[in-house]
Amino acid sequence: MAQLDLRELHSTEFPVPDEMQGNVAITSLSKLYNWSRRSSMWPMLFGLACCAIEMIATAASRYDLSRFGMEVMRASPRQSDLMIVSGTVTKKMVVPIVRLYNQMPEPKYVLAMGACASGGGPFKEGYNVVSGIDQYLPVDVYVPGCPPTPQALLYGLIALQKKIDGQSLANMDDVPWYGVGPAEPTPVPILGPDIIDPRQMDLIRRQAELAAQGKPYGLREIPESALKRQTAQIAPKTKPQIAAASGTVEADDPEKAARLAKREAALARKKAESGETAAASVVADAPAPATGGDKKAFDKAAMLEKIRAKKAK
Amino acid sequence: MTVTEIPLVEATTSETAISRLKERFPGAVQDDSRHGYSGVVVDKSKLVEVATYMRDTLGYDYLSSATAVDYHGIADSMEMVYHAYRTAGGPALVFKAQTDRAKAELPSLIDVWPGADFQEREAYDLYGIQFAGHPNLKRILLWEGFNGYPMRKDWREAYYEEEHKPFESRWPAGWVRRAEELNVYGKNVHYPADFDLAKLTDKSEESLYSDLGLGVNVQDLSTENGHLKTDKLVVNMGPHHPSTHGVFRMIVTLDGETIESLEPVMGYLHRNHEKIGERNSWNHNMPFTDRLDYLSSMGNNHGYALAVEQLFATGNKWNPPSYRAECIRVLMVELTRIVNHYWAIGFLLNDLGAFFTPALYAIAEREKILDFFEATAGARMMCNYMRFGGLYKDLPERMHSVANLINDKVRDFNTMEYLSELINERIPRSIDELDEFLTASEIIKSRTVGVGYLPPEMAIAYSAAGPLLRASGVPYDVRRADPYSIYPELEFDVAVRYNGDIYDRYLIRLDEMRESVRILKQILPRLEKTKGEPVAGISQYMPRVPMGESYGRVENPKGELGYYVVSAGDEKGPQNPWRYHVRAPSFINLTALGPMCVGHKVADVVAILGSIDIVLGETDR
Ligand code: SF4
Repeated sequence: MAQLDLRELHSTEFPVPDEMQGNVAITSLSKLYNWSRRSSMWPMLFGLACCAIEMIATAASRYDLSRFGMEVMRASPRQSDLMIVSGTVTKKMVVPIVRLYNQMPEPKYVLAMGACASGGGPFKEGYNVVSGIDQYLPVDVYVPGCPPTPQALLYGLIALQKKIDGQSLANMDDVPWYGVGPAEPTPVPILGPDIIDPRQMDLIRRQAELAAQGKPYGLREIPESALKRQTAQIAPKTKPQIAAASGTVEADDPEKAARLAKREAALARKKAESGETAAASVVADAPAPATGGDKKAFDKAAMLEKIRAKKAK
Repeated sequence: MTVTEIPLVEATTSETAISRLKERFPGAVQDDSRHGYSGVVVDKSKLVEVATYMRDTLGYDYLSSATAVDYHGIADSMEMVYHAYRTAGGPALVFKAQTDRAKAELPSLIDVWPGADFQEREAYDLYGIQFAGHPNLKRILLWEGFNGYPMRKDWREAYYEEEHKPFESRWPAGWVRRAEELNVYGKNVHYPADFDLAKLTDKSEESLYSDLGLGVNVQDLSTENGHLKTDKLVVNMGPHHPSTHGVFRMIVTLDGETIESLEPVMGYLHRNHEKIGERNSWNHNMPFTDRLDYLSSMGNNHGYALAVEQLFATGNKWNPPSYRAECIRVLMVELTRIVNHYWAIGFLLNDLGAFFTPALYAIAEREKILDFFEATAGARMMCNYMRFGGLYKDLPERMHSVANLINDKVRDFNTMEYLSELINERIPRSIDELDEFLTASEIIKSRTVGVGYLPPEMAIAYSAAGPLLRASGVPYDVRRADPYSIYPELEFDVAVRYNGDIYDRYLIRLDEMRESVRILKQILPRLEKTKGEPVAGISQYMPRVPMGESYGRVENPKGELGYYVVSAGDEKGPQNPWRYHVRAPSFINLTALGPMCVGHKVADVVAILGSIDIVLGETDR
């Protein structure tokens, strides 16, 4: 562990007498508590996939995780504070992962390392892949990358330390483990015909009832309504003249027209935004940026034209 | 039965072998006459007989790959494709057996080649083909109770969008919907319509233990002839275990401390490589291959490039890779081999209980190699460097080492000087260092000598590959047995050891690293000589690949890595592989794990596993 630096802790107004300088620190409880937690964060020795290799590289000599008090990788969840989910979470594997998480004593943190753990990554559409560990566990820090370089992982870990630094004992949201009663374990998923999240039992049951009545069931039938909801949400934001312009587009397929309208709305928004930022930066330093913004907008418009022409064909 | 005892006939080429087969089994063996296909189609009722004849009389003793293909939409059939080789060297004998889709059933070849075990289970798991005579036909990558056979062409995943990439929603319209939002459950799941929640049982665990017939029966704690009757004990190791190299799991039956049987359980990293690969365009698969054996991405790239290049070569517009491109490929692949063996040795020592110190030494030099990869390909691990017919780009003139900051200045090196220092000094030095510290160590010897013995005939029968096979005294190396790239002109020896135990598997890795250094030393002057030659591969975004099948294989650090690709379904040349199968050495090498462990102690299991050197990305795909 790093040398205890009293100055780091001592930051209250309360004066320390001269002869005691360097020997005594006066600090707040939260600070002391945070400092000790963040300086001895023990990750679980737990690798899932390719990202785990970079995690090991981070712990090895060149990048040296131990500089941050994190070198003690524990193979047992009971002894670890931090779960680095380093790799693709599959449906088969998420069951043990949730169990391991439940076995970790609080306070505990989860770091999603890499694209896979954060959101499914390159294998997202696979039938055995969970789209990110955050579907099952609360994640504190996401580290993007495929795999993240050791530097990125270190950065993520430092971000976690910063997060801990900002927590306060007075705020129950920060330290829920001091609340009343034992902590609720995360429900362990079940491997049925597909993976089943126990929290979704009701939904599954409702869907089954729908199916029994011969009503649309499952996933393919839902898109239409989901789509409508989306366009409805976005519609108010669109500027009237743009909406009119999109109205002139001839498209026999209403869905396509809606899609096109949405595109144009987004484009207009972007134009407006870039115009604003360009203006702002002109104020800041005069000559350069304005043309750049224009050029981009021009390209997009041209592309839109092309697409429209294709559609017309 | 060892290699020399096989009654070899004159069937040196696969053509003579095929004609002999047709002579022997008239009617049951037919040429595969489809355009671009090779080998024979065997009548399924005669399959076992034909296979036995191939093995015993024709000398095809090594079953490299067995995989299924679903021809739904083209024909109403599924077929198993087998690639058999002779350990004496030479090309493959490809044979196929076809079956109905509706009632898919084939005889199991496990009695002929025990190495077919896991591969047939995989075909059963993903395609639903029943193998008559297979003793343990259970799901292997998915769990018991999973709905359907996902690799069938008509099975659709929950996030299904279209049959082929690029999806309409991304290109050209470019409006992406998040897959989660389109799914009622907000997750990557779908359930069968008649799914009854009330009857839900999690069968995934129970099936693992059911046929072991164990558990302490309390009434039975009596004494028998004055001795307490002991029960066998089942110990579960993994999938979360510090020594399983990832998420591998073993179910070990113990009698006291001695292992009675061991069953590997896998699939905890099954990322549906092949299903995704069949949706991807040909190019698109290249970065995915990086993630198979993620310690040796360059080798994976090479295998895939070779497989697809074989298909391209059957077309008319095709320029094979330039000489320089081949040299750089070999350079990369051999560096990868060294990186991989650093890991293998480091982790083996981990497994033996020397926790992480040897590994730290072993992988220190790896960073230097990764710096070079990063400067060349842009990424440390996932290089995605090779293209069909060439490479992504040439070696850089000068390279920066980002992680090598000195006084906040990025250091910059002449690439060739960097390489020659690496190859001539640093790597040999670190190999010698490992050798010096480890080879003579008494502790290592007492833990490894004679442990996990795999006799050569078993290694061949179990389709073991790579160092595992060669440490058992079988000098089979694809680089020599079925040469590719510029290996024929390079001077190197096939490392071989004869004791077949953990110690020899450790030693053979040192040998192979030294051989790799030898190859690399020959590559350096070639690189100087060919400076300036173009290396780029084909530049199309979505190349169309001529129809047909091909099997490209390379000697990857972990063993023979093969890609079986089928291009079918589109006259102009499909944009996507119809079938994309990876013959993963880690996966098939595990077939031998159980037999190797029997009779040893629990502590030896992790060491034996470590000596096989598996990587889960490839095992489970
Ligand atoms: S994010 Fe990339 S490197 Fe990490 S586990 Fe996923 S595929 Fe592998």
